[in-house]
Amino acid sequence: MFCDVCKSKEATVFLTQIVEGKMQKVNLCESCSKEKGVNDPTGFALADLLLGLGAAQEIEKNPAGIRCPVCGFSQIDFKKTGRLGCSACYDAFAEGLSGMLKNMHRGLIHVGKVPASLALTRRRTQELTKLEEGLAKAIASEHFEEAAALRDKIRTLEAESFAQSEEPEPVNRIASLAEPEAPVLGPAPKSRKKP
Amino acid sequence: MKLSRIIANTGEWLSGSGPHDQIVVSSRVRLARNLKGKPFPGWAKKAERVAILEEIRGAVEQLPEMQESFSEKLEDLSPLERQVLVERHLISREHAAKGAGSAVVMNTAQTLSFMINEEDHLRMQAIRAGLQLDEVFAMINQADSELEESLDFAFHNDLGYLTACPTNVGTGMRASAMLHLPGLVMSEQVNKIINSVNKIGLAVRGLHGEGTEAMGNLFQVSNQTTLGEAEVEIIGRLNKVIYQILEHEQNARQILLQQRAETLLDQIGRAYGILCHAHSVTSKEALNLLSFIKMGIDLGLFPSKNRLQVDELFIETQPAHLQKGLQTTKLGAEERDSLRAALIRAKLKQMPEPEIGKIPTTPTTTTQESTE
Repeated sequence: MFCDVCKSKEATVFLTQIVEGKMQKVNLCESCSKEKGVNDPTGFALADLLLGLGAAQEIEKNPAGIRCPVCGFSQIDFKKTGRLGCSACYDAFAEGLSGMLKNMHRGLIHVGKVPASLALTRRRTQELTKLEEGLAKAIASEHFEEAAALRDKIRTLEAESFAQSEEPEPVNRIASLAEPEAPVLGPAPKSRKKP
Repeated sequence: MKLSRIIANTGEWLSGSGPHDQIVVSSRVRLARNLKGKPFPGWAKKAERVAILEEIRGAVEQLPEMQESFSEKLEDLSPLERQVLVERHLISREHAAKGAGSAVVMNTAQTLSFMINEEDHLRMQAIRAGLQLDEVFAMINQADSELEESLDFAFHNDLGYLTACPTNVGTGMRASAMLHLPGLVMSEQVNKIINSVNKIGLAVRGLHGEGTEAMGNLFQVSNQTTLGEAEVEIIGRLNKVIYQILEHEQNARQILLQQRAETLLDQIGRAYGILCHAHSVTSKEALNLLSFIKMGIDLGLFPSKNRLQVDELFIETQPAHLQKGLQTTKLGAEERDSLRAALIRAKLKQMPEPEIGKIPTTPTTTTQESTE
């Protein structure tokens, strides 16, 4: 069996790792294993190595010739280094990356720390998305009272974020609902309490 | 502040103490961050790297916790000095290989270190003795929060903190603990442990690499994934696993004491004999033998006042540390081996022979730990 990296020497170092039932195998020759830091006590290179090889294969699924519009990084560069060129590469190569990220990680959405400056906006955006989904559902199922309540919530939230930002007036995402042709969607009755 | 003054003292993670520090040598958390809109170090041109370096270095040096610090460009450090920092786990091997446009900033206690333009624009770590992942995370998290006031970090709404390598995206966090597991190695259980830890998405690396035997019986356990789980969850999972390994190690030692006390005494005695009298010792041999001495201290065979000496030898016998006090040119391997042997002999001179009588009479010398 030949080494996965240099493809020329006999592989003598075999690494197997099982992550959530998915097995990954890497076979290396002595010199490549040293070079990749498999013997390195200090580095975290093994994970990168294991995942990096898979990574290069994954991104091949991307249509050939894609380059990051910001930094000019190409998929061939990624294949070579296992590293991306800049933060915008994550959007440029999003398609190929998502499959790869799914294999590497426990989820595709970050749930940890958020920079304080973004935390509020992010929380609002997430909440807005949730409310809008609820609204669409409520309209689809003709629960207009609920829809009206949700609409009011969305308005309040948008007004709040407008008050705290210097951006131009927020686009009224639910303008159509507020139009007179939908009179059922007047202000929600006060007696109706939402959980 | 000069590097020589900093490295004259052993880092806090080695000389200090922490919970379970007999088995958990150190706990470390590192965060990877990048500046928004700037190419990652591996892709940036030299001028860009230099500009990034200046921006980040200025911000890091302003941190309140970095008032007593050492800050230097990599190009201004000698290969030996860089290697010393690698051996102390203050910079990575990759970082030590960097030239112009990279720098390191660390505090005098050597608990915080910031690598600028390693694989990411900024890699910052906190490291302390014993099992205190929560504490080191709090330290580095605070530094990160302070830094984000002056630095604009690349952050993606879905993917979190963006990093050069997709394996680090999300939290950008790698939390790890260095464990000393001679009991599990001697009782041949360590592979079983490594396999089961791997199965739950955590990585175990030996000092010597993947496989049964690690140098000095030291193993590093760390998280493998960084996306889809919050920092505290990752650390919680890691902590849980480390506690289990700790328990297994303590049990393995108890069983060895009860069933294979002769073998145990033999190994520790041999290690002591060789280290006290050898005139040429390789760094691998030194680590492996020191591991037995370290376990001997845990088991009460050697006085505990010698613990720091032995722990320090784990670092001081490493190639760069051996040579750091010398003004001479780089030593050859043979010269290093004899220098290493002399250093160990001198240090162990103050340590009495193992008290073998302690083993059969008090088979539960480690109860102090297991009651916790």
